[in-house]
Amino acid sequence: MSKYTEDDLREELKTKEYEYGFYTDIESETFPVGLNEEVVIAISKKKNEPEWMTEWRLEAFKIWKEMEEPDWANVHYEKPDFQAISYYSAPNSKPKYDSIDEVDPELLATFEKLGISLDEQKKLAGVAMDVVVDSVSVATTFKKTLGEKGIIFMSISEAIKEHPELVRKHLGTVVPQKDNFYAALNSAVFSDGSFCYIPKGVRCPMELSTYFRINQAGTGQFERTLVIADEGSYVSYLEGCTAPSRDENQLHAAVVELIALDDAEIKYSTVQNWYPGNAEGKGGVFNFVTKRGLCEKNAKISWTQVETGSAVTWKYPSCVLKGDNSVGEFYSIAVTNNYQQADTGTKMIHLGKNTKSTIISKGISAGKSQNSYRGLVQVSSRAENARNFSQCDSLLMGNECGAHTFPYIEAKNKSAMIEHEATTSKIGEDQIFYCNQRGIDTEKAIALIVNGFSKEVLNKLPMEFAVEAQKLLEISLEGSVG
Amino acid sequence: MLKINNLHASIEDKAILKGINLEVKAGEVHAIMGPNGSGKSTLASVIAGKEEYEVTEGSILLEGEDIEELAAEERAHKGVFLSFQYPVEIPGVSVTNFMKTAINETRKAKGLEDMPAKDMLKMIREKSELLEIDRKFLSRSLNEGFSGGEKKRNEIFQMAMLEPKLAILDETDSGLDIDALRIVANGVNKLKSKDNAVIVITHYQRLLDHIVPDFVHVLYNGKIVKSGGKELAHELEAKGYDWIKEEVNA
Repeated sequence: MSKYTEDDLREELKTKEYEYGFYTDIESETFPVGLNEEVVIAISKKKNEPEWMTEWRLEAFKIWKEMEEPDWANVHYEKPDFQAISYYSAPNSKPKYDSIDEVDPELLATFEKLGISLDEQKKLAGVAMDVVVDSVSVATTFKKTLGEKGIIFMSISEAIKEHPELVRKHLGTVVPQKDNFYAALNSAVFSDGSFCYIPKGVRCPMELSTYFRINQAGTGQFERTLVIADEGSYVSYLEGCTAPSRDENQLHAAVVELIALDDAEIKYSTVQNWYPGNAEGKGGVFNFVTKRGLCEKNAKISWTQVETGSAVTWKYPSCVLKGDNSVGEFYSIAVTNNYQQADTGTKMIHLGKNTKSTIISKGISAGKSQNSYRGLVQVSSRAENARNFSQCDSLLMGNECGAHTFPYIEAKNKSAMIEHEATTSKIGEDQIFYCNQRGIDTEKAIALIVNGFSKEVLNKLPMEFAVEAQKLLEISLEGSVG
Repeated sequence: MLKINNLHASIEDKAILKGINLEVKAGEVHAIMGPNGSGKSTLASVIAGKEEYEVTEGSILLEGEDIEELAAEERAHKGVFLSFQYPVEIPGVSVTNFMKTAINETRKAKGLEDMPAKDMLKMIREKSELLEIDRKFLSRSLNEGFSGGEKKRNEIFQMAMLEPKLAILDETDSGLDIDALRIVANGVNKLKSKDNAVIVITHYQRLLDHIVPDFVHVLYNGKIVKSGGKELAHELEAKGYDWIKEEVNA
């Protein structure tokens, strides 16, 4: 009988190249490398921004210069040289297109390869897309349908020009410029991103979706997303990412701010599949992201993330539960393989009375990867009856990977109730044999077991996304079993 | 159906099976009995293709085809089914989803399309009725939190769904109370036909009161040392295994 050993599997895994590892030849306009005040001003000018925006960026740059790159996370990497990065790259075929026919065919081919369709099918599926390629939004669909409801969904650059009052009022209120090193950097140089506003009492009729990807060699990407759900409104927002493979590490430092005003609800889902580096751990995206949501009275913010990509991930989508009775949720699946490192989790800051938070984190580690959950549950002294439930499960494959859990709990109010559960398990040979015996091969068996393990989180994703996410889990873990 | 010739198998260089000869024809029920550690479960695992065991000598033929080089899933596709002594848990995967995957993977291996959902549901309904299984049970995670009886009944349910040619029931009676035993045995009897065969591995006679074997074999120290009809099982029940050991060692 032929034995399929772990070594065979490892060998097979090595030969699985990153699926989306291709590079399109689109003419780009790219700034020379380096960062100083002139570059910040040039970015702002390039985007025809008003003066207040330029000032805001410069202020952030000043703060950033004084800051040091954090090193408390359980990740090890060579720190990027911030002077060796180009801070702006935009496709040349500007301005925006009125119809899909006008879009660069090369770009459309790229989308096709990524499985992104911009056509009517999306409308049937109820998805409006704002596609961001190398930082500049090139196509926005269904703006009109949304416009009828008063919903604003556009690139943040447009929003700065068309809705300066909204942007100016909210930008940086959840993640201030000085929040952290990467947030400060993003505030200074962000190139584009999405803006979304849902008016009072409006329920957004479709899932809003944005695809980000990194296209140009050596360009950092600094998206800025701002979602505002006005009183009593509801929106479900999706973000998905893929990137072509590159040898040098690419830096990605995004900032996402969510604002849920009284009685509003924001559901934010993301699937991240950036290039994780090759089997030797060379290359791959550095993903240092700040995502935070603010809940006013009776508001609810729910983060759902599926993280399979990036060489190094540093990401803690958080909720500030400011209003009484507000609710924060965090559902996460983080997969690491080969030499990937992920330090991810959430912060739930309970400020209001009767605030509730739920954290479900599923970490899956394979190869030689390191997967850490880091979470903070903080209950302030005036947050009467705050509740939190946290569950962190880790699944290990093989003997060379690591799973770590760092839960931090700070409760300053005696009425707080905080629960934390954690489990660690390993895919066993017995489980695999059981599946094999029923006619299910090893690859499929792993997919089945991993999907079962991740089910609680997958169930939180919008249908269309859940299928994609499942596929992604399978691709990411093909051939890894211990 | 199954022909085993002079089968030797070992695990980590320790010989467990030391020359098994066994022929099972379609329509037959064979019981394999024997004291603990005689190699009963090893025989089941080796037939099913568990990789930890190394076949050092001999052959296993399924319908005339040597299956020794086939992976476990390929043997399953050819109709080998093992009801596990200790069925494993797979959290988050429902019994239904597991069965759907198993059936469709088997169909795929045979070049068939996925079974239409309608047919699948119909089959699930029929088979669960046959085995007196509450269908709520089927949406629970596979074996997670199942009682001993539920696990074994679930194994037989899977057997019913997969319709194997050769079913090996490894200690299916362990952990069952008398009612569960009856239900499981009835299920197996209903699934039995002239086209398939069953190997029942057990310590005790009691299961064989319900699933009546055509042949009984006694396995001891890696070899079949005695074969007979169903009356041999009664004899073992009455006298234990010591007389067999004495006979062999004499």
